[in-house]
Order: sequence, then C-alpha cells, then structure tokens
Amino acid sequence: MSSENIESIVNRCYEHGFVTDIATESLPPGLNEDVIRAISARKNEPEFMLEWRLQAYQQWLEMTEPDWAHVNYPPIDFNAISYYAAPKSDEDRPKSLDEVDPKLLETYDKLGIPLHERARLAGVAVDAVFDSVSVATTFKGKLAEAGVIFCSFSEAVHDHPELVRKYLGSVVPRRDNFYAALNSAVFSDGSFVYIPKGVRCPMELSTYFRINAANTGQFERTLIIADEGSHVSYLEGCTAPMRDENQLHAAVVELVALEGAEIKYSTVQNWYPGDENGVGGIYNFVTKRGDCRGDNSKISWTQVETGSAITWKYPSCILRGANSVGEFYSVAVANNMQQADTGTKMIHIGPNTRSTIVSKGISAGRAQNAYRGLVKVLPQAHGARNHTQCDSLLIGKECGAHTFPYMEIKNPSAKVEHEATTSKISANQLFYCRQRGISEEDAVNMIVNGFCKEVFKELPMEFAVEAQALLNVSLEGAVG
Amino acid sequence: MLEIENLHSQIGGTDILRGLSLNVNAGEVHAIMGPNGSGKSTLAQVIAGHEEYVVTDGSVTYKGADLLSLDPEERARDGIFLGFQYPVEIPGVNNAYLLKAAMNAKRKHLGLEEIDAFEFLKLAKERMAMLGMDPKFLNRGVNEGFSGGEKKRNEILQMAMLEPSLAILDETDSGLDIDALKAVAEGVNSLRTPERAIVLVTHYQRLLDYIEPDFVHVLSEGRIVRSGDKSLALELEDKGYDWVREAANG
Repeated sequence: MSSENIESIVNRCYEHGFVTDIATESLPPGLNEDVIRAISARKNEPEFMLEWRLQAYQQWLEMTEPDWAHVNYPPIDFNAISYYAAPKSDEDRPKSLDEVDPKLLETYDKLGIPLHERARLAGVAVDAVFDSVSVATTFKGKLAEAGVIFCSFSEAVHDHPELVRKYLGSVVPRRDNFYAALNSAVFSDGSFVYIPKGVRCPMELSTYFRINAANTGQFERTLIIADEGSHVSYLEGCTAPMRDENQLHAAVVELVALEGAEIKYSTVQNWYPGDENGVGGIYNFVTKRGDCRGDNSKISWTQVETGSAITWKYPSCILRGANSVGEFYSVAVANNMQQADTGTKMIHIGPNTRSTIVSKGISAGRAQNAYRGLVKVLPQAHGARNHTQCDSLLIGKECGAHTFPYMEIKNPSAKVEHEATTSKISANQLFYCRQRGISEEDAVNMIVNGFCKEVFKELPMEFAVEAQALLNVSLEGAVG
Repeated sequence: MLEIENLHSQIGGTDILRGLSLNVNAGEVHAIMGPNGSGKSTLAQVIAGHEEYVVTDGSVTYKGADLLSLDPEERARDGIFLGFQYPVEIPGVNNAYLLKAAMNAKRKHLGLEEIDAFEFLKLAKERMAMLGMDPKFLNRGVNEGFSGGEKKRNEILQMAMLEPSLAILDETDSGLDIDALKAVAEGVNSLRTPERAIVLVTHYQRLLDYIEPDFVHVLSEGRIVRSGDKSLALELEDKGYDWVREAANG
C-alpha cells in the first residue's frame, strides 16, 4: 500500500487549532497558600471551601508524582503554571447568549458548536466552560421545573453548600492521588448536577470544556449526584486551541448514584495532541470515579478519547450497593507521538454486582496506547461478575499497543472473563474498499468506525455522529 | 473498451506478465485460463490498480484513456469492478454500509445525487432476491464469518449493485459447491448486457459450462499463448495445461 498516501491522511493538520483573543485576568504563575486564598477569594467562596482547598494543598505537598503509567514526559514545573484565568466578562456575566462576547461565540462556531442552534435543535442544556468560568447556561428553567440542579461548581458552592459539603471528596478523596490533591487545592470551576429522588432528567446535560488561556492549567471539578431512583445522562466534550507549550489538565469527576439511580457519563475528548513531533499538546491527568452507593444503582462511562499529548485516565466504578452495575466503554486513539494510558477500575464490593468493560484502542504513527484495567472482587461480593473485552487496532508499523489487565479476586463465586485481540488495518482491506470506489481516507475511517461500533452505540444518539466525525479527524492521525 | 498492449508487470522484483496483449469490447465475455502462476490473477490486479504490482512496460487503455495513471478508486468509479478471489473480511463494517458508500462514491463521480436510504434498500433487496440471498446479509459485517460461497455471492451482489462497465471476476468459481456455482453463474449471466464486458479468470473449465464465454484465452508464463472460442476451453480440459506450455515453447 502506498505509505505516502496513508501518511498524508495521518498528518493532516489539527483543524481546531486557533486562539481566541480575549483578555484574561490571570494569576501570575506559581503555587502557594496565597494563590489558593486568591482563587478562593475571587470566587467569593465560603470559609469551608477555602479550608478544604488549603488542606488539600498541604496533602499535595507531601505527595510525589506517580511514575507507573506507560508514558514519558519531561518533569512538570508546577510553579511555572498559572492557576487561575477567567474571561474579562467575569464581573458582568451574560444573562443570555446575546450578551456573550461575540468572539466567544465565534470560537464555538469554529469548533462546530453553534451554541444556541445546538441547544435549540437538540434540546440540550449547555453549560459551556470557557477557560475557567462558565459563560453561558441554557435551559435552566426547564431543568428547574424538574427540580434538577445543573450549574457551575462555583454557583453550587454558593447556592447548595450543604450538597457540596456532603458529597465533595466523598468519591475521590483529596489525597487519593497526586493530581486529585492538586485539583482539590486549585480547582477553578466545573459542573455540578443534582437529580432529585425519582426524577428522570428531561434532557441530556452537556458541558463543553475549553482550554484557551496560554500557560494556564485548567482544573475542572465535576460532581454529579443522582438521588434515589433518578436517571441522568451527561456528556462532556472538549477541544482546545493549538499551543506550543504543554498544558496541564488535571480534572476530577465524582459521580454518586444512590439506590436505584442511574448515571450515564459520556466523554468526547479532542484536545490538542501536539504536532507530529510531539511538541505542544495537553497533558490530561484525570481522576474520574463513580460510586454506586445504593443498591440496584448503575454507572456507565463511555469515552471517546482522541486528543491530548498524554492521557492518564481511568474512569472507575465502586460497586458498593447490592446488584449495582458498572460499565466502561472506551475508544482511545493515539497518533503521531501521542501517549495514552487509559482504562478503568471496577471494584466489586456488594453482592451480585456486575461490570462490563469494552475497550477499543487505536494506535497510529509512533503513538503508544496502553489499556490498564483493574477488576477487584472483595470477599463479600458474592456472585460478582465481570466481562472485559479489550481490542487493539494498529495502523502502521511504528506504534504500539499494550494491555495491562489486573485482577484481584477474593471471592470464589465470582465470574471474571477477559478477552483481548490485536489487529491491523491491512493493505488488502484498504485495496478492497478502494476497488469499490471508496477513497483510502474514507476506507480507513469506515474500518476504524466499524472497529469502534460497540462503543459508539453506547453514546447518546445526537453525540454518536459527532464522535464519529471527531474520530475521523483524529484518525487523520490514527491511520498509517 | 479495454485494450492491453504488450503489458509487463512484476511483483517484488519478479516478472509475472511478460508482454500480454488483449482487447475486450462491450458486450463480450472473455475467459482467461491458465495454470497456476501463469499470471491470471496478476492481470486482474493490475487492471484494478493494486499498487504492489508494478507495470514495467506496455499500456492499458480503458474507454479510450490511459488506465494505468488512475488510482484504484478512480478506476472503480469509472466502472471497473474486480470480483476478488479472496474477498477480505472487514469486521464491524456492515455490508449495506460498504455497498452504499461504494454506490455513492460512484454516483458522486458521475455528478449524481447520493442514493437515498429507501431507494438503496429497495434496490438491494431486489438484487439479493435475484441472487437468492437472504436480506439479512445486508446487516452482517463485510464478509465477516461468511462461508466461501457466501463471500463469492456477495461479490456478485456488489457487482449487481455497482453495475460496472467492465467486470473482472477472479476465480469466482473456486471453492464453490455445485449449487453455489450455479447461483453465482446465474447471477453473472443476468448481468450480461450489450454495454457490459466481463472477464472471467478461471483455472477450470467447469465455470464455463454455466457462463458461456465469447472468447477463451490461455495464459502461460505471462503471455496469451492461445485464443479461441469456448471449444478451446474444452480442448484444454481434455489435454491439460502441459499441452499449452509445450505449444508455447515449441
């Protein structure tokens, strides 16, 4: 097969690389207690929140950066990062989209996210995070009618402090890991969702994150609580402008599902992965965890990870309640010099808990893609079941796929299955498609989308198409 | 429609075709026969544009224009169809999707609108009924877990949907039991039209009992050494390929 052709597809430029010129009020680089106090003060936070941050900071100081992931990068200078940036319009937050800085809207347009159109046509409530502060929130009224709270984390701290105090850090404790501690100390903003008892959230909740200020680490904090018998589907999507310096992103997402509740959390991640030599790109060190706290609860993670220079991410489920269900569906693409170490942890604590893991890793260029998964069955988890399917697709000769499955089974009645495959897009497959008139690029996209189908079908309908398109763009980096 | 002049081709540095010439006109059915390694499949691959086969000399003209400068997908959109000897499996991509993408690539090339989903389904079901295929085929992965006969039938279905000007069927009969062979042959026969040329590449005469060729060519060591009508195939069956080799060398 003509390797030049494939390379040209692979090397197509990142289309979402641009910077919107909006003045930002950033803190100078560096991290100390004063910086944390300044962040908290700017957000006008209550005392408990500041205390929480300061304790996290103290804990972070005692921790060391983890080095066990299958990734390589130069040491990060945490004092060279600015820990807060907000668009100028912060003091005078827009009440509607008309009041939003047109340049901002233009940015969303470039990303193919015409916010109001999108919201209107798709019936999606969008809480868009631009840099660190939410600038547009829609459909609040409709959600309020159902009793659903969907707001920025900062707002939640003011308006629902009792919920924040009760649940913040209850799934991912401050000192859970180095980056979780850092996030707990300096988190800027994020989303807060509360679904009351028995309520089925009337629409998909969606947040678009975007990193836009140079040299600013972005530390999102998301907390979703599904009260008894409730149901919510949440989508997180990201895309970042082109950058020369690595940007650190260390988010924490906590999900709590009480008895009979169900949370579906879908992620489409398309951050700048760096150029073909690995220069620039986002470092994505994320802690995501869901707690099936009540009996018969369910948490489902679906992720399509196409961006970032380095991804370090293991959305996990703690299956505490009896009969609770955890799911993890993942497509992870690594191209050029991208490095991905991603997977999940399923911790079976309650009896008859079930988990499903479907991981599709795609490697191209010189990328390294690792699946790392833990299935842990504790002694009291009678009748626990897990099925893991872990498939790797290689494109080209210089990339790598790695699988690190860990299993700790402490209950003899548990049933745990693990299946793994590795395949390549063959020259014969491409020729076959081309002989049918389909271009090489379309053929690659078609084959890769076929490979990922099991995961895509788990995405909310309106986002499945978008995810496919995104995959194609990234597979402009994923095929060779 | 197709004029091949003194074609030389190699793969991995080994010469396979050594001065092959052949003319195929619209409405004709040609059978290319020959022993293993004589270059039959290479000819099919070169016409389709497989890049591993390097053309070192000669020319191929299709519909009056140089064919060899075109990419495989351009040739396909321009009406060249290769029925593969070993159709590849593409897991997860469903048959209907591939077929529709292929049809639309061609339609786009011809300046036509994309076929709509209902029209496509109707046409596909019609053609599948003609070939005695279960409509469930459409929703299966491309050739995924298909039997040998199903794969070959699927190739003919693609041909029926894409309506090529020139169809080259590479060993379409290999690995088929008699019922499958008959079904495939009926499918091909139903696609014989005055506008369409068909080239059958086959090792055995058996297929020609069901698809009657207008011309039979015998390939040996990369050249056509004998051409004739269908009686040549019978003669070949009778005397074996050694006879041709000797004739060629003698």
